[in-house]
Amino acid sequence: MTPLQIIFILVAAMTLGAGLMVVTARNLVHSALWLILALFGVAIVYVLLQAGFLAVVQVVIYIGAIAILMIFAIMLTRNIATESGPRFSENWSWALVIALVLFGTLAWMLSGWEGIAAQAPAISPRFDTVRELGLALVSPDGFVLAFEVASVLLLAALIGALVIAWDRR
Amino acid sequence: MIPLSWLLFFAAALFCIGLYGVLARKNAIAILMGIELMLNAVNVNLVAFWRYRTPEIMAGQVFAVIVFAVAAAEVAVGLALFISVYRRRKTIAADEIDMMKW
Repeated sequence: MTPLQIIFILVAAMTLGAGLMVVTARNLVHSALWLILALFGVAIVYVLLQAGFLAVVQVVIYIGAIAILMIFAIMLTRNIATESGPRFSENWSWALVIALVLFGTLAWMLSGWEGIAAQAPAISPRFDTVRELGLALVSPDGFVLAFEVASVLLLAALIGALVIAWDRR
Repeated sequence: MIPLSWLLFFAAALFCIGLYGVLARKNAIAILMGIELMLNAVNVNLVAFWRYRTPEIMAGQVFAVIVFAVAAAEVAVGLALFISVYRRRKTIAADEIDMMKW
């Protein structure tokens, strides 16, 4: 095994363990902190896949904005972080069955797919992925329409969140 | 190099953990955290396929960036909704929010 594979196994185990803690932790603040660890693990996976820009964006947006926003929401809704009642709904066993069946089906389908043994083609050092990503996002033959739709979506979400959370009294 | 299958199984497992959180948790904010895990699993898949199949076409990474934007919008609106519901009902347990049930 190469060092890269060992790093991946460690990071994947850390991420999956943190993910399990996110969905099972009793205290909601602990859930949010485990979520930060899981998101960080995914950022490391991006680095291993040579998508450095996405790793930075993951840390800045997911950990820096989304996870912190969640912690703020937990603190704004008082008494819910340490609720004494059950943290799972009564049909959690069905949820477990559905999740396990889905994983089994996915694993079965993936193992039967011939493309799973694909080798990663080498990226030449002159191919600057960050530059290419920037060009693809704003060039008319690329994804400029999706980029603009995403910005309109973010503006709509900004205004919508303000309107919904406004205290009218 | 990491085999592609490891990445795909990792993403599938992360997705199923998130799905379990979405289906089983009572608290609405915990459900949102499950959705975040699922979106991350999808992003890992997108980036893995970009790297292993078409590294010269940036579509995979562009798709991941769009998913980032959608996730940010979803969390902003979702948390605003929960805070608004909490103000009226003093609870955000998903089974007690039934104002729209007839």
